[in-house]
Amino acid sequence: MDLTQLSLYEQAILMFASMVLFTSFAMLAQPRIVPLIHLFAWQGALLSITTALVALVSNHPHLYLSAAITLVLKAFLIPWMLHRLAVRLNIHHEVEVIRFPSLLLIAGGALVVFSYSVVAPVVQLSTLTTRNTIAVSQAVVLLGMLLMIFRKKAITQVIGFMSIENGLFFAAVVATYGMPMVVELGIAFDVLVAAVLFGVFFFQMRESIDSLDVDRLNRLRETEEPLPPEEFRR
Amino acid sequence: MSPLFATYLALASALLAAVVSLGVTRLPTLLRYASFLLLGLSAASAMYAGMSVLLTSTSVTMELPLGLPWLNWHLRLDALSGFFLVVIGVVVLAVSLYGPAYVRTFVHAKAPQSFTALSVFTALFILGMYLVVLADDAFMFMVAWELMSVASYFLVAYQHQYPANRRAAFLYLLMAHIAGVSILLSFGVLAGAGGGYTFEQMRAADLSVTWASIAFGLAFFGFGMKAGMVPLHAWLPEAHPVAPSHISALMSGVMLKVALYGLIRLVYDLLGEIQWEWGLVMLLVGAISTLLGVLYAMLSNNLKRLLAYSSIENVGIILSALGLSLIFIGNGEQVLGVLGLIAALYHILGHAIFKGLLFLGAGAIARATHEYDLNNMGGLIHRMPRTAVWMLIGCLAIAGLPPLTGFVSEWLTFQVALQAPVLKSGVLRALIPVTAAMLALSAALAAATFVKVFGVAFLGQPRTRNARHAHEVPLGMQLAMGMLAILCVLFGILPSTTIGVIDAVPQLLLETLPPEATTAGWLWLTPMSADVASYSAPLVALALVVVGGLVYLLLRVRAERIRRVYPWECGYGEVNARMQYTATAFAQPIQRIFAPVWDLDEEIVEKRHAKQPQLVESIRYQLQRQDKSWSRLYAPIGMLVLGAARRIGYLQTGSIHTYLAYSFFTLLFLLWVVT
Amino acid sequence: MIEWGVAIGQLLLFIAAAPLLGGWIKRVKCHLQNRAAPSLLQPYRDLAKLFRKHSVIANNASWLFRATPYIVFAATIVTAAVVPLLALPLPTAAVADVIVLAGFLALARFFTALAGMDIGTAFGGMGSSREMMIGALAEPVLLMTVFTVSMSAATTNLSEAVDFTLQSGLVLRPSFLFAVLGLMMVAVAETGRVPVDNPATHLELTMVHEAMILEYSGRHLALIEWAAKIKLMVYMALIVNLFLPWGIATEFSAASLAQGFVVTAAKLALLGVVLVVWETVMAKMRVFRVPQYLGFAFLLALLGMLTHVVLETGG
Repeated sequence: MDLTQLSLYEQAILMFASMVLFTSFAMLAQPRIVPLIHLFAWQGALLSITTALVALVSNHPHLYLSAAITLVLKAFLIPWMLHRLAVRLNIHHEVEVIRFPSLLLIAGGALVVFSYSVVAPVVQLSTLTTRNTIAVSQAVVLLGMLLMIFRKKAITQVIGFMSIENGLFFAAVVATYGMPMVVELGIAFDVLVAAVLFGVFFFQMRESIDSLDVDRLNRLRETEEPLPPEEFRR
Repeated sequence: MSPLFATYLALASALLAAVVSLGVTRLPTLLRYASFLLLGLSAASAMYAGMSVLLTSTSVTMELPLGLPWLNWHLRLDALSGFFLVVIGVVVLAVSLYGPAYVRTFVHAKAPQSFTALSVFTALFILGMYLVVLADDAFMFMVAWELMSVASYFLVAYQHQYPANRRAAFLYLLMAHIAGVSILLSFGVLAGAGGGYTFEQMRAADLSVTWASIAFGLAFFGFGMKAGMVPLHAWLPEAHPVAPSHISALMSGVMLKVALYGLIRLVYDLLGEIQWEWGLVMLLVGAISTLLGVLYAMLSNNLKRLLAYSSIENVGIILSALGLSLIFIGNGEQVLGVLGLIAALYHILGHAIFKGLLFLGAGAIARATHEYDLNNMGGLIHRMPRTAVWMLIGCLAIAGLPPLTGFVSEWLTFQVALQAPVLKSGVLRALIPVTAAMLALSAALAAATFVKVFGVAFLGQPRTRNARHAHEVPLGMQLAMGMLAILCVLFGILPSTTIGVIDAVPQLLLETLPPEATTAGWLWLTPMSADVASYSAPLVALALVVVGGLVYLLLRVRAERIRRVYPWECGYGEVNARMQYTATAFAQPIQRIFAPVWDLDEEIVEKRHAKQPQLVESIRYQLQRQDKSWSRLYAPIGMLVLGAARRIGYLQTGSIHTYLAYSFFTLLFLLWVVT
Repeated sequence: MIEWGVAIGQLLLFIAAAPLLGGWIKRVKCHLQNRAAPSLLQPYRDLAKLFRKHSVIANNASWLFRATPYIVFAATIVTAAVVPLLALPLPTAAVADVIVLAGFLALARFFTALAGMDIGTAFGGMGSSREMMIGALAEPVLLMTVFTVSMSAATTNLSEAVDFTLQSGLVLRPSFLFAVLGLMMVAVAETGRVPVDNPATHLELTMVHEAMILEYSGRHLALIEWAAKIKLMVYMALIVNLFLPWGIATEFSAASLAQGFVVTAAKLALLGVVLVVWETVMAKMRVFRVPQYLGFAFLLALLGMLTHVVLETGG
């Protein structure tokens, strides 16, 4: 399928899909928390625009609703909540040290190639005009997982998790023109609840191990030493 | 003169040179010139033989009554052998011009250095290389291979009074033999399937894909180890610097190519159907070798070691081009495969020439300044002006800059890589441009490396007394370097004509020709078609010269003479030689960026002023760099081998009773087996 | 024959207009930074002044030092001859394609770096070392962006590539978007603009290109400065014409050429404004952040290539 044979809207879908992929990469390499949250917001916004375009091209009006939900939730509400959380925890000035960002980016590139080779059979079978972007959606999922594995701050892990969900939503949109409305609403609500829970969880975590560095969670491991007596425990 | 006669003449002259050298200590001057003259004659005849076969696209076979009773030595001079004979011949010719003046310092060397050994083994080494390239059966191939390896061992171990040299030579011999075993096994697989040891029988053999892949793997391991691909390269940067410079030129320039000849012969000619996976492996290994080789070269301060690592880089480029060729052939694109092969052959030719030139230049510098470390040279452009010009051409060529020869092979490789979209596999279509980008990175780093080499050694101010008192080298050495430099320029300016000659090789191996490569005439190089890509090297060179000259002439009209004054240096005042950038300093930014590649040990000791501790009185800086493959690969393997040896050593108890018991139990076992 | 005439005419225009572009950028930058701006023709006056002055060089400068300005100027001019500026079907594009263009720029860089080391000063060595590092990291990015375009256009001939984009009409290509962003970042690095190097400074900590040419004066310096301006114009012309070629002349009639001239001038002026805004907004990075910057550029180029393979072909 030659690019020039697609209509302008279909080309625009490919364009925005690639920009979503770009935000995934940019999140991998971004060490500051507030710009990271902004990148996540942009990913959500681009995703909702892509969904709206797919709705336009494929004549599935329910996708407009999905696009709206994504926009409100992923581009405004959740980033706002995360930002507020970061300010309350006083971590919004923190910069995470990434040891070898170039290696991370190269790993990301390899994941994109891997996703492409993995979804190739699906792309062959599909008849939708957006089938080329299935590989991109798969890559967004994998890059979100990469983000969760190699970064240390808890907020980054949340964003990685949300990014995975973004990728899955995107995959659903381009592979099957969306999921049944009930499923979509349910997932959207779940994600919202997850964001709230994460907030609560962060405060607890900071209280118990005094830091939001996920690596330090291994302090909760059982050791041979006896616990200090009751009055010295928190 | 028929090519057959020329071949025999080449072999005979090399052998005669060896014989003549036996008496070289009695009549040093005469026999020294005589042996190099004979080597030059052998080079000229080898080139003649090679060129005639290339131009006429014929093959000549002969059978010598030597060798095993049932397996005589078969020799074959076809386009591929002819091409490599030309490559060998060019460098040997340069060395024979260079040699007499250069080895004069070794004539009266004290024991245990033996000038006789040097001369005899040089000739035998060259003879061995000729025979490897001409061999048409496995037995003769291995004999010639051994001759080449052992003769070069003695040359590497020439100054064996130094323990470091002995270690380097031992490592070289060890790895050459491991490679030899692997190659022998590969031939064994082919011979087993073909029913005999001659290459004819191997060509006719019908191998299953598995066995062919096993043969390929063994051959790749063996020939790759001898060619110096990463991670099997450890012997190269140890062995090449210790040999005398004209030997290093031969080893780096030619011997590595002979190893690649073996690989090409085996894969393209003997193995039959080519699988594209082999090409992918070769491409990946080649790309990694290129990048690591140039990074190690960038950080080397010993000039010859730097050149040795640079050879690793160039072998990687050749392997990448070959890998691309195999990938395309395996996917059914014969024409693109042919182009990849031509790119690889062009680089083989070019690298032999400019690496030979650079090593001969290093020898000239060593001769003039007795220095090998870049940090002890400087300002040599004023003391050795002509050598500086040849070395500049060599540095430009190896950096892959237009319009010299290194650029042509790089351009061809990129053009082949850009045809990746015709492949069906998406992974390959994504991977090939990425490896092309890695090759581009390595090319740019190579340019940086050779800016460092030329800038630190030749430019600036002399850093030591030796550099200050350097003098120009004798005429013979100048001629040799000049000849190679002119060839660098020639092969860069006339790529179309050269490819027209090299065409005979893919015609022989793959029976395909690139359709339009030379149809546009000698002026244009259009590998695929004029619409896709075209490059006119003569016009480019002409444009550069004309524009530069025109501007110069235009400005001369009004120009006053140039005024000479002390350096400006932003008004900081006097500039002494110690204030210049050293080689270590030049490479430091790249060292910081690519730090994970080496095992770095940096130590900075600052001595502060006693009364005012915020002032620094002196700084001592120590940097140790180690090739990471030693600590990650070779040391563990060495430990493993030693550990296994120690455990087996328990068998050796020293008590005679135990030995008698061993014999007794073996006898019991054999008796039981027989029944 | 007329093609060669147009090609040479375009080349002369290129050489003559490069200082004007530099003057325009300077003027816009001054206005943006609320400073009094020099006239648009000031670069010409500067060059004329330099050509008039004596060339004063160090005692121990070698022939290489004296020859480098001519070599660099020649290499840059030959580069400019290959880039389509006003008109498309140029015969010079067949002489050297885009890989050779990168090679010419590398040749100029090689000799400038050597000239920096010739006198044996600390500044020169520092400039050379940093320039080679930046060049080494920028080259794969440049080639990767170029490959992305070449793979779509199936050619490395610049005229043919621009023609391909022109013929395709309005097509949104993600690979081109990433490629143009990558190319812009590389252009900033290679021409020594903020944030990689500051072209207006002689402070040691911020010098890369200026450090290498510190010892030059008179006509030699004039040639090198001019070559730097031509190089900037080459990159800008590549960016506008490879990715937004509409308006370029496709035949050699007077009307077509005039249209090409006006449109290209407008596009270059606009790109100049973009460059100025970028330079004003960004602060100069310390040298060891440049690898990260170029790594990001490489990411863009890599994404360009990957999106081309994944999204634009196959299926």
